[in-house]
Amino acid sequence: MSEKRVGRVVKVAGPVVVAEGMAGARMYDVVRVGALNLIGEIVELRGDTASIQVYEETTGIGPGEPVVDTEAPLSVELGPGLIESIYDGIQRPLDDLVGVEGSFMSRGSDMPGLDRKKKWHFKPTVGDGTKVGPGDIIGEVKETTLMVHKIMIPPGVSGTISGIREGDFTVEETVGTCRGDEGATHELKLMQRWPVRNPRPIARRLAPEHILVSGQRVIDTFFPISKGGTACVPGPFGTGKTVVQHQLAKWVDADVVVYVGCGERGNEMTDVLTEFPELKDPRSGEPLMRRSVLIANTSNMPVAAREASVYTGITLAEYFRDMGYTVALMADSTSRWAEAMREISTRLEEMPAEEGYPAYLSARIAAFYERAGRVKCLGGPEREGGLSVIGAVSPPGGDLSDSVVQATLHVVKVFWSLKGELAYQRHFPAIDWLTSYSFYKQYLKGCFDDKEQGQEMERMTVEAMTLLEQESELREIVRLVGAEALSPRDRLALETSRSLREDYLHQNAFHAVDTFTSMVKQYEMLKTVLHFHRQGLEAIEAGVETAEIFKLAVREDIARAKYIPQTEIDKIVQIRRKIEDQMKQLQGAAAAK
Amino acid sequence: MRSVKEYQTVTNIQGPLMMVEMVDEAKFGHIVDIELADGSIRHGQILQVENDKVLVQVFEGTSGIDVKRSTVRFLAKPLELGVSPDILGRVFSGLGVPKDDGPSIIPTNRLDINGQPINPYARDYPNEFIQTGISTIDGLNPLVRGQKLPIFSGSGLPHDDLTAQFARQATVLGKGEDFAVVFAAMGITFEAAQFFIDDLHNTGAIERAVMFINLANEPAIERIATPRFALTAAEYLAFELDMHVLVILNDMTNYCEALREISAARKEVPGRRGYPGYLYTDLATIYERAGRIKGKKGSITMVPVLTMPEDDKTHPVPDLTGYITEGQVILSRSLHRQGVAPPVDVLPSLSRLKDKGIGKNKTREDHADLYNQLYAAYARGKEMQELATIMGEAALSDEDRKYMKFANAFEARYISQDYYENRTVQQTLDLGWELLSMFENAELKRIDVKLIEKYMPKFRQKAGGA
Repeated sequence: MSEKRVGRVVKVAGPVVVAEGMAGARMYDVVRVGALNLIGEIVELRGDTASIQVYEETTGIGPGEPVVDTEAPLSVELGPGLIESIYDGIQRPLDDLVGVEGSFMSRGSDMPGLDRKKKWHFKPTVGDGTKVGPGDIIGEVKETTLMVHKIMIPPGVSGTISGIREGDFTVEETVGTCRGDEGATHELKLMQRWPVRNPRPIARRLAPEHILVSGQRVIDTFFPISKGGTACVPGPFGTGKTVVQHQLAKWVDADVVVYVGCGERGNEMTDVLTEFPELKDPRSGEPLMRRSVLIANTSNMPVAAREASVYTGITLAEYFRDMGYTVALMADSTSRWAEAMREISTRLEEMPAEEGYPAYLSARIAAFYERAGRVKCLGGPEREGGLSVIGAVSPPGGDLSDSVVQATLHVVKVFWSLKGELAYQRHFPAIDWLTSYSFYKQYLKGCFDDKEQGQEMERMTVEAMTLLEQESELREIVRLVGAEALSPRDRLALETSRSLREDYLHQNAFHAVDTFTSMVKQYEMLKTVLHFHRQGLEAIEAGVETAEIFKLAVREDIARAKYIPQTEIDKIVQIRRKIEDQMKQLQGAAAAK
Repeated sequence: MRSVKEYQTVTNIQGPLMMVEMVDEAKFGHIVDIELADGSIRHGQILQVENDKVLVQVFEGTSGIDVKRSTVRFLAKPLELGVSPDILGRVFSGLGVPKDDGPSIIPTNRLDINGQPINPYARDYPNEFIQTGISTIDGLNPLVRGQKLPIFSGSGLPHDDLTAQFARQATVLGKGEDFAVVFAAMGITFEAAQFFIDDLHNTGAIERAVMFINLANEPAIERIATPRFALTAAEYLAFELDMHVLVILNDMTNYCEALREISAARKEVPGRRGYPGYLYTDLATIYERAGRIKGKKGSITMVPVLTMPEDDKTHPVPDLTGYITEGQVILSRSLHRQGVAPPVDVLPSLSRLKDKGIGKNKTREDHADLYNQLYAAYARGKEMQELATIMGEAALSDEDRKYMKFANAFEARYISQDYYENRTVQQTLDLGWELLSMFENAELKRIDVKLIEKYMPKFRQKAGGA
């Protein structure tokens, strides 16, 4: 190989460095800048000058310093060791960096994404002589108690396997060889690389079919996301975007969760880091950390690495999807990613579009969300994988006409709109039921083993939503003419929707039981709230005063149904009997009059 | 050490910016000294280098600098603060030069004021409750060590009294550890700064305080460096001298305006309201320096103050601040007019880190449920207050009227307290129960039944007996 190309710095302006003498360099090649060896990426070429976005703080860099072209695009390392890791935006392991350079980040550090020393036990699933192609699974590594890491043939490689063997290997050691038809040989390792800006190949896309259950009542019941679906959570600050993201990261029924903290708070990442190893996955009972990968590029870390962090995250997520897993990626917040693009664009002196964002903003956002999906994975054995992407958006002043929100809404299928007023009342999750939407609602019934239960659930969600719609109209009337003007039926509708809001939609993320509600419990709870409504209507017909109905002791039981643990779910069914008994008493008393 | 190079090749001066040409070896972010024709010295920082052309921002402003007779020295280092334990009790200028009559500091170390980001993995989660003695903070929006909790205020609102109360009363329960206060004044009036300094004098806390003062009549561009000096001092005290540091930054709106001035002078594409597109990132490099670090005793708790132009929370400065900080305390003009002090607007105020700092063994087991219930009841009561002003009280149902009564009592007794009243967290919690005792148990849906049974009877008797 020839000598590496070396240019020299001519200009430094914040995170953008311009270098000359770079003829022959390619767009998005990674370069090392200056005596400090900072990592950067070429984002513009003009003649032999290259503009470089630098992933680290550029103080102390000046003209004349060398710029070395690594002649490779920004890539991540894929292999055993990803799970339970915490990386910065360009896959440097933050935990290992603390050991080397202390509590504060220093510059120019070079550390591979995967541990080079750790040995993994590799078990082949194919034998010598097997013909393989890209994406074919050749073996497994038990990475954590929750994760069987499938070792796949990298894209672009095919041929016949030889010398494959079981044993303990590091990610760089050869576990076998693949001899191509033309005689080229490829050494098979546990690790492969992939450039982050390119989607990983798949066999073909499939339509979504299954709900990604999150245990969050307002989401699962009314605005569910599918396995392979996309969702966005916009809202002003303080409305709980991050709590929604954290709740999903904790409870969704995915095999792998990739959490990207993109330009957000350092303490939030610490929160995830301290909580995840302690929290148990409700399905397996294992610590949640054993299925999670974290990417933390906090707001005070360099802005260019923030731009890269969402790509790093989604590439890792795609890799796990390729193994045939259900993967969920949370990006908090995509607005910070967009702002990073804007900052780089400004420094490149590009012509801005709306709000100073570059003209390619919506194209980039769309391309990012398109990497989600339910797919038939490349290679054999035949398998399906799903990658759901949930992006938080932080529009300035909570204004939904913001460019990033609008560009995101063009592509995502689920919209959870967070509302300030709900948050001020401490109604969490502050998802506004009147403006949010989901295109995956028709798959909700599939969550139930019992077909009838599924259909019943579907019917109930419509009934509940109608009540909530009605409530907003009724409240308007109350505001104008007072509560006295309402008919008893309307008054009951108001009370039931209040119950829906307070007893069903409101969910306490910090309560040990309430934090996660199974689909079956959601069904029982909703049925109970609506049962009260139907029984109430009957009672009104029989001449019972609404005030009497609202005073029933059973209402407190309904309010506290959310705190009934999954194991005692029968108690919720009992509440319905109690409703019937108490209503009957009222009707009896009314008839006696 | 590299020799200092001198240049007399200033070509353009424009606003706070100066262009120097034919320079070699200039590095981005390093500082320069500018010697004027009359021998006086100004300070600047390199904003951009292109070949041999260097763009410098001049902290003290460019008035009086001329193109021909000025000499620029390139000091080949970033802006630094000399630190030693002697900085405690001292007052510095906005550029870190001693401003009081004390001796000059003999530094044990010189630190780059830009600091370095804390590795997120090295952070320790803030979970130690700080008692401020203010019910609206302790009861509803608890502050914890290592948190950044700004005060969103407006012109004419008493944020100075509130920050002084913070500095005076903030303690961690049951611990007598080393603490310090770092105060950065950016473009505030002499009166406001002096009020704070006097208050520290009166309580004796001045010995444990470090102050960086840039007053309203002092150079605006200097303000860009002031919070960074303050935080460098804070990091030194917290992570090298093991102190618990409370940093007060007053007023961040002035800081952002200085940043806007530079951006405009550079002819950058402006973002909202003329503020630069990188305002979020820039603010983050300040706010994110608060925190705790694993294995270190000290902590940095930050209370930035900002005045919202026209009390508008969606203005870029409060908006972007709210996206970075861990909550916000918002002051309300209408409460202030009603004589409620401190006029904390409870509903939109928020502390994001409260949940880990409270509860059994920290404050009390009932704390979380209690504030949830108080919030819910006050939100409803507030709505009824508004409804009553539109349609008259008569239009409310009995239940609604009860909520309105609650909201009134809550504002008069819970929110309102004196700036010199220091309530213990137990007093605050009990007051919450007392106010809630006007409701039936069944209405208190957000509180665990067991807690109601344990705490409520006491207050019902009291209410019944009164």
